[in-house]
Amino acid sequence: MENSYSSDKKAITRSAFRRSSRYPEDGARSAWRAVPFLIAGLVLIPVCVVFSSVFSPEDEIWQHLVVTTLPRLLTNTLWLSLGIVLGTSILGVSLAWFTAIYTFPGCRFFSWALFLPLAIPAYVTAFVALGIFDYTGPLQTSLRSWFDSDLLWFPDIRSGSGVAIVMTLAFYPYVYLLARNAFLTQGKRLLEVAQSLGLNHRQGFFRVALPMARPWIVAGTMLALMETLADFGTVAIFNYDTFTTAIYKTWFGMFSLSAASQLASLLILIVLVIILIEQRFRLRMRFAENKKSARIERIRLVGWRAVVVTGMAGTVLFFAFVLPVVQLSIWTLDSFADGLDQRYLEFVWHSLLLSALAALITCLAAVMLVYAARLHTGISTRLAVRLATIGYALPGAVLAVGIFIPLAWLDNLMSDWMSILFGIETGLLIQGTLAVMLIAYMTRFLAVSYFPLESALQRVTRSIDEAAMGFGVTGWSMLKSVHFPMLRGGLFTAVVLVFVDVMKEMPITLMTRPFDWDTLAVRIFSLTSEGEWEQAALPALTLILVGLVPIVLLVRQTET
Amino acid sequence: MSHSIFFGRWCTVILLLASLFAAPISRAEEVVVYSARIEQLIKPLFDAFTRETGIPVKFTTDKEGALLARLIAEGKRTPADVLITTDAGNLWEAARKGLLKPVTSPVLTANIPEHLRDPQGQWFGLTVRARTIVYNTQKVKPDALSTYEDLADPKWKQRLCLRTSQKVYNQSLVAMMIAEHGEAETERIVKGWVANLATDPLPDDTRAMEFVAAGRCDVTLVNTYYFGRLINDNPALPLAIFWPNQNTSGVHVNISGAGVIRHSKNERAAIQLLEYLSSEQAQHLFAELNMEYPANPRSERGEVINSWGSFKANPMNVVQAGELQAKAVRLMDRAGYR
Repeated sequence: MENSYSSDKKAITRSAFRRSSRYPEDGARSAWRAVPFLIAGLVLIPVCVVFSSVFSPEDEIWQHLVVTTLPRLLTNTLWLSLGIVLGTSILGVSLAWFTAIYTFPGCRFFSWALFLPLAIPAYVTAFVALGIFDYTGPLQTSLRSWFDSDLLWFPDIRSGSGVAIVMTLAFYPYVYLLARNAFLTQGKRLLEVAQSLGLNHRQGFFRVALPMARPWIVAGTMLALMETLADFGTVAIFNYDTFTTAIYKTWFGMFSLSAASQLASLLILIVLVIILIEQRFRLRMRFAENKKSARIERIRLVGWRAVVVTGMAGTVLFFAFVLPVVQLSIWTLDSFADGLDQRYLEFVWHSLLLSALAALITCLAAVMLVYAARLHTGISTRLAVRLATIGYALPGAVLAVGIFIPLAWLDNLMSDWMSILFGIETGLLIQGTLAVMLIAYMTRFLAVSYFPLESALQRVTRSIDEAAMGFGVTGWSMLKSVHFPMLRGGLFTAVVLVFVDVMKEMPITLMTRPFDWDTLAVRIFSLTSEGEWEQAALPALTLILVGLVPIVLLVRQTET
Repeated sequence: MSHSIFFGRWCTVILLLASLFAAPISRAEEVVVYSARIEQLIKPLFDAFTRETGIPVKFTTDKEGALLARLIAEGKRTPADVLITTDAGNLWEAARKGLLKPVTSPVLTANIPEHLRDPQGQWFGLTVRARTIVYNTQKVKPDALSTYEDLADPKWKQRLCLRTSQKVYNQSLVAMMIAEHGEAETERIVKGWVANLATDPLPDDTRAMEFVAAGRCDVTLVNTYYFGRLINDNPALPLAIFWPNQNTSGVHVNISGAGVIRHSKNERAAIQLLEYLSSEQAQHLFAELNMEYPANPRSERGEVINSWGSFKANPMNVVQAGELQAKAVRLMDRAGYR
């Protein structure tokens, strides 16, 4: 790894010198070229394991699925995906725009508070929402007793739109975070330019700022979409059948891991197509904005506009964060005594340690990927880089198995060699170590760190590099004094996103953790798998509070 | 080259941290358990076993499917000695995949009735989970209830709540019905249930009972220990248990059970653990922990469970639940039971 890193420096230097050269290949540079393939290769092994299931045909199950549930599952999944894409992008972009450009009552507060729902796992938002709004929840129960009616007309939260709303509230921060990053650094400037061209605010937003922020918005929406496609926890709580529920039903109910993997492969193919289409569109565009915009006075909103914006931000924050946290706190107070023991410190420590290490490693890999992709714009490199991020769309448990199988194989192989070479039986060596967990997390969350970094690096244009070199700033010092300040926001975003996501992750943690090594998420799993949602309030609340720490750091980093 | 030093330092830190938590190679006498029973419902029993025998128990929990995939991947070097699941279906599947080892233990055969264990001795039921009818006492008279099959009758239209078919408990119930009635008749019954649903299937048993208590529907099917827990927390709820099929096949029961892993390095201690878990003392602990029925008929059931009265259980071997589970899932898909 060290080698590839120093070759990075050379590569950048050389690539810059040879920009106009027709023969750019040399040793260091081709070594650098190998990086995306190495990382993508590593990350793709589990995906390939999943894909290899196509060699064990399960015609009977497929036939059954096609004639019974598959059509409905596909429509359900399609509608849900559309709902999430629309919901998160509308909510995320508009909130990001308002908090980046305008001042309105509570503006400073909302600009950071709207990040907070990131810390709440979607399945937690889901069970809280059901607990409050379902037929037996306090809301409908009290309405029934007031009106003395059975209230059957009340909209059922256990429906497609209910799931879509809950997931939108859980996933919009991805878009908000990235879009806000874009608007903060270029929005106001662009708006000025637009105004100088005689456009009003609205036209400036739709015709200039929005198109310019597209890579960020698309990246955030992609994350939300992939998370939706991979989600099982939330849809299971709502009993809303999607592609993922079919995968689990085939695996756990019909005992066919191979049919389940085939379904998952199909899911991957769909995501791949979406990614490629998006990529083609983006190729035609260049996004270049050079520096942090000058401190321009924010535009003050007054009258009904201010009320609407404050009201909207407040509503989102209330339903996505305040309500879940308050409800969890109430449940926690109910079951505080039997839940809390000294092991909680251990859970917290494990969660923190895992998340921090995974964030570090994953972001390091992502940095290498984005630089490799920047230096080599060839189709194969681009494809490798894209493929490396695909793990995020796989249902966690399926990916976990895909990771576990090759690792166990390697482990067995090593032990075989040990016993042949030295005649000692070592047992499985790497299994149950932290290293395995971290590799597994990287496989899953590379996309989360890659997208923000990729968008951020698009800012650093070739002409910036050239200008820097004109001043004699090259190599490492260029990275440090030119690139890093421009990438800082993206890097921070990436680290925080991975950190929080790892903290919430369940299936991989369950499968790869060492013995007696539980985290907060594992604790939530063991309480909720028996349907005791209220009992899980304490670990859920702890997880949210711990997850808030990096988010607050992020806020301090970006808002000052 | 400050950057390479910087980077190297990070690598060292990471490696150090990783090695801190590396799995220690130990071959001391201990039992390693892969458990789908969650920690709270199994650890007290392991602790008691360790107190009794001095043998420590190391365990990890996960869903059954993941545990089986893990055992297959680990192959002959798996650290696991014992697999514990919360249903018969997955034990049957584990046996089918060749993951379990047949055990001959006079203690186990004496403690566990024949229909609650594998005929080849690859796995043994440890607790019995009865899936029964729970009804709203203000809206239903118990003599209106009779069988699972009767809930398909149009008189229950808009009065039935069911948990999702995604859950294995419903899959085994339907599997056992297929064993009894055949596929065509079972499909007719399940379709009848679906037609009688008052609302979409619910995510868990507790929620289903809450819907019954709130009057959204009148009857539902649940495992008794969920009823026990709910009533324990809210004794005032207008809910009661009805034992169905008493004049026919008996109440559907599933098991939570265990088997010894084929590649266990510690077979003796593993069997010892299983024998302990089937003993009257441990069985009583099971019943106390989660209000499940002990598999060992000689064991004390506990006050709460006894207050629900006794019932005739379906005597068919629970192995059927595994063999017919995939069929049951498909049947429920066809019947539109989500």
